[in-house]
Amino acid sequence: MIEEHRKILLIEDNPGYVLLTREALKENKKNFDLYVVKDGIEAMSFLRQENKYTDAPHPNLILLDLYLPEKDGYEVLKEIKADDELKRIPVVVLTISKFEEDISKIYELHANCYIIKPINLDQFIRVVKSIQDFWFTIAKLPPKIRGKRRSAK
Amino acid sequence: MNNNEIGNPIEILLVEDNPGDVRLTREALRDGKVKNNLSVAKDGVEALDFLHKKSKKYENAPRPDLILLDLNLPKKNGIEVLGEIKTDDELKHIPVVILTVSKAEEDILKAYNLYANCYIKKPVELTAFLKVVKSVENFWLTIVKLPTN
Repeated sequence: MIEEHRKILLIEDNPGYVLLTREALKENKKNFDLYVVKDGIEAMSFLRQENKYTDAPHPNLILLDLYLPEKDGYEVLKEIKADDELKRIPVVVLTISKFEEDISKIYELHANCYIIKPINLDQFIRVVKSIQDFWFTIAKLPPKIRGKRRSAK
Repeated sequence: MNNNEIGNPIEILLVEDNPGDVRLTREALRDGKVKNNLSVAKDGVEALDFLHKKSKKYENAPRPDLILLDLNLPKKNGIEVLGEIKTDDELKHIPVVILTVSKAEEDILKAYNLYANCYIKKPVELTAFLKVVKSVENFWLTIVKLPTN
């Protein structure tokens, strides 16, 4: 596995889930860098390397919650998947929502996969580990985006 | 989390022209935890006919819950099939897992840009191949929530 293929962006406003995700990823022997943004606007700034995120790296995988302040997960997903530079990055939607309608809509917006967050703590950790294991050891991630998207003025 | 709570088997469409890979995939999926039904299309044209229920042969074809798509296919290649699925309002919600021998960056990038749900390089070695199919089965059928048709 190539070293740079280990950056995960978690878009999540609930500090409890952030903590648990961090714990679950840490248990893996390999080093993963987890970046966290708490709302949709911040997420897009991070991905577009704008404002305070000019030095933010491009993540290899995005974990996206649907219910976010400022700009919700649907909007974030839509923007990522309509952006020629960003759309290659796999987006794993991780949410408590279980409405069937929601699920099809999320796939229509080209989420790479949809996962329901288990309420049970151990199960949640297990799910995060499965995501990490599947995407970083079984799947091939897209080649990295070269250089910065927007050159500094 | 379980995808077949009401007991219906998960419908999987495998688009693959190599009979050996078809057999191995079938075997790996048969032993899986989740009940599933595997249909096979041997080329890109057949795959799209199956999905569109075109011709008498496919009028009763089930709508797949998951598609496993090879890239090197006769008649119409996997990239074209993927492009057609992901621009079709009736089909684009169906997750497509690319399963191919190619590990060329160009193919990986093209597939993700056309909204493949994930890209997997088929191992050449038998046990490794079975392990990969089982991982796909485990992740996509038990961890992921698939869309309902």
